[in-house]
Amino acid sequence: MSETPPGGPTGGLPTGDGENALEFRDPEKARAIADTLAEIGEELEDPPATVMHVCGSHEQSIAKFGIRSMLPDTVRLIMGPGCPVCITDMPEVDEAVALAESGVTVATYGDMLKVPGTSKSLDDARAAGADVRIIYSAGDVVEIAEEEDGEVVFFATGFETTAAPTAAVVLSDPPPNLSILSAHKYVPPAMEIVAEMPDTDIQGYLAAGNAAIITGSGIFEELAERHELPVVVGGFEPLDILAGVTRLVEMIRDGEAGVENAYPRCVTREGNEPAQEQLWEVFEGVSGQWRGIADIPDANLVLRGEYAEYDARERFEIDTASLADAGATGLADDCICGDIMSGTAEPTDCEMFGEECTPDDPVGACMVSSEGTCKIWHEYGGRPDI
Amino acid sequence: MSGTTDPSAADDERRVELKHGAGGTATRDLVTETLAADFADPDDALVGLAEMDDGAVVPVGDASVVVTTDTHVIDPPFFPGGDIGRLAVSGTVNDLAVMGATDVRALTSAVVVEANYPIANLERIADSMASTCEEADASVVTGDTKVMGNGELDGVVINTTGIGVADHVVSDAGLSPNDVLIVTDSVGEHGISLLAEREGIEFGSDLESDVKPLNDLLAVALETAGADVTAMKDPTRMGLAGALNEMAAKGDVGLEIREERVPVTSDVKGTGEMLGLDPFQIANEGVAVLGVAPTVAEDVLAALRDHPKGRNAAAIGKVIDDHRGRVVLDTGMGDRYLREPSSEPAPRIC
Repeated sequence: MSETPPGGPTGGLPTGDGENALEFRDPEKARAIADTLAEIGEELEDPPATVMHVCGSHEQSIAKFGIRSMLPDTVRLIMGPGCPVCITDMPEVDEAVALAESGVTVATYGDMLKVPGTSKSLDDARAAGADVRIIYSAGDVVEIAEEEDGEVVFFATGFETTAAPTAAVVLSDPPPNLSILSAHKYVPPAMEIVAEMPDTDIQGYLAAGNAAIITGSGIFEELAERHELPVVVGGFEPLDILAGVTRLVEMIRDGEAGVENAYPRCVTREGNEPAQEQLWEVFEGVSGQWRGIADIPDANLVLRGEYAEYDARERFEIDTASLADAGATGLADDCICGDIMSGTAEPTDCEMFGEECTPDDPVGACMVSSEGTCKIWHEYGGRPDI
Repeated sequence: MSGTTDPSAADDERRVELKHGAGGTATRDLVTETLAADFADPDDALVGLAEMDDGAVVPVGDASVVVTTDTHVIDPPFFPGGDIGRLAVSGTVNDLAVMGATDVRALTSAVVVEANYPIANLERIADSMASTCEEADASVVTGDTKVMGNGELDGVVINTTGIGVADHVVSDAGLSPNDVLIVTDSVGEHGISLLAEREGIEFGSDLESDVKPLNDLLAVALETAGADVTAMKDPTRMGLAGALNEMAAKGDVGLEIREERVPVTSDVKGTGEMLGLDPFQIANEGVAVLGVAPTVAEDVLAALRDHPKGRNAAAIGKVIDDHRGRVVLDTGMGDRYLREPSSEPAPRIC
């Protein structure tokens, strides 16, 4: 397992010592890497090589800078289940809506408000008078609970990067009127499931640099070994992404499996060990549904029994029956967000994209979040065929 | 109004939403499907309502008379670099000018104000309208005033109508392949400075609105190139992205824009990055987009740059034959489509 950035074939990346993001947006260097990638792509035994990234922030950069148009025809770069808002399942949203409607204060990240549940979103509940608060970091919920006399529930969503701060809140002896409704998800098991999907047929992963800051690049070693896949941890600037993809395609060409870290200025093999300890002290992974994708073993993070007193599911009888009875809207049945997050469809394959489903009036979760592929493609307009 | 019944149909759930006023596709749909659905253009109109251009053109004698009207509401009404009065005059003058009517013959002004509104503010607004008129060599020749109850209106609303005469009528639909696209100034300053002001973000910078009348500047382009100015547009709400997409769709052409060539100040870039806003999607009130024939592009650019309001003018791209109706943005890395925002861009919440 190499801990050095991909060197020769990509021309080398700036070190980032100057902390100037612009040095990772140098068009000349980008074109040089793209040329190298094109050459490697021609040497592939079985093109096109399909490479999946697993992060909405990667998709943002790819779309914003038009990186897909720089890739040769021999390389496909698709987005997997990398948006925490998108993969939060409808019944989980229903639980939060039911709690809000029952009179408790529900606090959550802003992106969650418009995500449709079976029949309603938290925004709908708020419009009807429920007390729903937007928070900017997990610590904000403690302040809300301290100010409120009644019960406050933190609808906690997101991957490792937000689960670790939630764990820190639980371990900080929070106010007794605060509890956690965890919809946190853990990405590596989802990468395993998607790697096994025959229709997706991916040959390599560009892993999310931000999650790897917590978990370390070493977390992907078992995955790489078990599925004989290359995994490269990548940063978020255009040169980071191009260099990461180039190294992946090079490994695919050479039939090489294993993990490489193309984001060493932020990520180590071990990651942030104290944060990991807190995360696993509070949470355990159980099997659970990722919206529209699959039931994934060990990928839903729930509070361990020792912390049941802070578990909203233990504290309240959450009655979602009335929401489920109301039924989903007809349009939701036509939503292909699940296929998009499994990498078998693109947003523009959806007949509702930009028509019935827009950021102002989203049908599917992928159009809600700024991390969602549909919202990103709607904002940046996809890839022109030039 | 007692004794009358609100005609709203109880069984029709449709309601006007804020997005309908943002100037993008939602506004266009509302206008074409409801407000403008029943109006027919006069037979001799050169440009009518159906064209949804910046103004209409009707022949009067031998002259092509351009008419436009605009209602101005803005929060806050006094902002860095301008106020609602300067905006009301500039907006209408610019709508006339991009139709080719740089000679503004007359303006009207209708003011709706709420009771209890400070008269000193109205005086400031009127002074500002007067000085902007002077700058544009225009006059307000008639007006109207209405007062509504306190709380029935948020401050003050101003409608201005303008009449001008065009030697060469220029529409926003006239682009053809190979035309060169020019912007007259750096983009995004008006919208970003307003949003920063509204969000209470303070900068140690000179970020302010660029609101100004452009008829004198655009007269220079028309004097230089006449009918070789093929299209002009006032990229207000929905910004440069909105204007370019509209020009591409109406002209049934594709546009290719080089991102690095579009002038954007570092203050606008930095603030936009911080607020999650794209300067290309942000409103301008002192910028015009021109399409010109390639043979005159350099002359027009040089003439614009010679004028104090056009010093930052830049050729940002060209018209192409494919990708019809769409705008391709060369980001310096790769290419992507530059989309028209569907509603008014809002600063991100996290």
